[in-house]
Amino acid sequence: MEPIISVRNLTKTYASGLRALDNVNLDIRRGEIFGLLGPNGAGKTTLISIICGIVTPSEGVVSVDGHDILSDYRAARSKIGLVPQELATATFENVLVTMNFSRGLFGKPPNSSLIEKILRDLSLWDKRKEKIMALSGGMKRRVLIAKALVHEPSILFLDEPTAGVDVELRHDMWEMVRGLRESGVTIILTTHYINEAEEMADRIGVINEGKIGVVEDKAVLMNKLGKKQLTLTLQHPLSSIPAELDGHPLELSADGNALIYTFDAQKERTGISELLRHLGQHGIDFKDLHSSQSSLEDIFVNLVREKT
Amino acid sequence: MNIHAVRAIYVFEMARAWRTLMQSIATPILSTSLYFVVFGAAIGSRMGEIDGISYASFIIPGLLMLSLLSESISNASFGIYFPKFSGTIYEILSAPVSPLEIVLGYVGAAASKSVILGLLILITARLFVDYEIAHPLWMIGFLLLTAITFSLFGFVIGLWADDFQKLQIIPMMVVMPLTFLGGAFYSINMLPPFWQTITLFNPVVYLISGFRWSFYGVADVNVVISVGMICFFMLLCLAAIGWIFKTGYRLKS
Repeated sequence: MEPIISVRNLTKTYASGLRALDNVNLDIRRGEIFGLLGPNGAGKTTLISIICGIVTPSEGVVSVDGHDILSDYRAARSKIGLVPQELATATFENVLVTMNFSRGLFGKPPNSSLIEKILRDLSLWDKRKEKIMALSGGMKRRVLIAKALVHEPSILFLDEPTAGVDVELRHDMWEMVRGLRESGVTIILTTHYINEAEEMADRIGVINEGKIGVVEDKAVLMNKLGKKQLTLTLQHPLSSIPAELDGHPLELSADGNALIYTFDAQKERTGISELLRHLGQHGIDFKDLHSSQSSLEDIFVNLVREKT
Repeated sequence: MNIHAVRAIYVFEMARAWRTLMQSIATPILSTSLYFVVFGAAIGSRMGEIDGISYASFIIPGLLMLSLLSESISNASFGIYFPKFSGTIYEILSAPVSPLEIVLGYVGAAASKSVILGLLILITARLFVDYEIAHPLWMIGFLLLTAITFSLFGFVIGLWADDFQKLQIIPMMVVMPLTFLGGAFYSINMLPPFWQTITLFNPVVYLISGFRWSFYGVADVNVVISVGMICFFMLLCLAAIGWIFKTGYRLKS
C-alpha cells in the first residue's frame, strides 16, 4: 500500500548552521499510529513542522497522500491536523470562536453539529463559551486537539500531546486516539513518555541528532532488541558469583540476595535449564524466580546510547 | 481561492475590534474630537482662513488622515503580530491558505475598521465644525485607498516586528511626525520655499493634499500625483509582503 506520508532525503539546516534533520527517509502507513521517539533536540518537531508547512525544508521531498507539500500545499495541508507541543492558543477568545476560526482556515463551511460532537467527545462542551485563558492547562490541551480535528483531517500529528496533563486525561486521550485510528485517521505521535508509545503505537521510529535510526513494528522492535531477564531470589545470600557459574551471563544483586540472568528470548536455547541444573549441582537454592522483558524505554535508551 | 479562510480571518479580526470597542473605536474618536475642540473651535476661531477655508474646516481632512494612518497601521500590525507572539501563527502557516488569502483577511479587516472609524470621526466632526465635501466619491476613494495602503504597511510592520517595542517604533517615530509635518494643520504654501521643497519628499503631504482636495477642491499638489503616490506606496508594501512570504523572513524558519 502506498504510504500516506513519504519523506525522501529530507534535510533541514537552520540559519544558525544547526543541522536539525540530516537526509531523513521515512514512510508513514495509512491508518497506523506511528510513534516518533527521540531525545530533546533530536529533530522530531522540525520533522513535523516541515510536513505541516511551518518550517521550510532545505533539501528533500515530502508528499502527503500523494501531494507535494510545496508545489501542492493546499491539498497536502488540508489532510493534516496538528496538535503542537506548545499551548499556543488565542487566549482572549472563547472556545467556540476559535473552533469556527480553525475550521474556516481549512476551507470548510461552518458545521455546528460537528463542532458540538468534537467538544462533547473532549468534555469541552460546557466550556464552549469560556475564554481560553480561563481554562486549565489540561483543558487548553484538549482545545488544541479539538481545533486540530475540526476540519476532519485524515492525518493527525500529536506533538507531545500529553505533556503536563494528569494521568486521567492522558488515558482519555489514549482512548480518543484509538477511536480516531479506528475511524481511519493516521496518527503520528511524538512523546517523551515511552510508555505512551508502547501503549499506543503500531510502529516506532527513533530519531536522534536529525537522523532516523530505527523504524520498526513495535512488537518486532521489542522482540528484536528486547532482552529478557530471569531473577532468582536466593535462599542464602552470596558474596560473589561462584567460579563454577562463570559460563553463564549472571549478575549478583547488590545485597547478594538475587542472581540476575539475561538471555535472548528469540534464541532456541535460552540456557535457563542448564543454569538451573548447575545451580542445583552447586547447592545454590532459590526460593523464588520471575522473568521480565525490556520495556520500550530500555530499548530506546540503548538505541540512543549506541548512536552517541 | 479559500474563501472560507479569508472569511474566518476577517471575522476573527473584526470580532477583536468589537471586543475591544473602547480601544478600537471610542479612544480614537475621543482623541480626534479633542483636536477639533482645541485646534478647531478654540484656536481655530482666532486663525485666519487658509485658501478661503476656515481653519476649523481646513484641518478636518488632515486630522481624519492622521487617525486613518495610525489606526490602519496599528490594527494590521497588531493583527498579524499577536499570533506570532502567542504562537498561534502555526495555525495560519499549516492551513491550506495562500499569502494572498492571508493578506485579504488581515488587511481587509484592518482597512474595514479604519474606514468605519474614519466615517465615525467625520460624523463626530460635524458636531464641532461645518464642512462640505466637494467630491464625495473621490473622498471615499481616498479613504479606501489610504486605509488599504496603510493597513498593508502595518501588516509589513507586524511581520517585521519581533517585540512590542518595534510594533510602536514606526507609527510613533516615523508616521506621526510625517503626518504632523505633512500639512495636517497648515498648507505647505505657508512654508518658506526651501521647506516647501523639503516637504515634497514627505509622502504624507500627497495623501493629505489629495484628501483635502476631495473636501474643498483645493490642494497643495496635483490630485493625480496624490493618487499616483498612494498607489506607488501600495505597490511598495505589496512587494515587501510578497518578499516576506517568499523568503519566510521572520515568519518561517
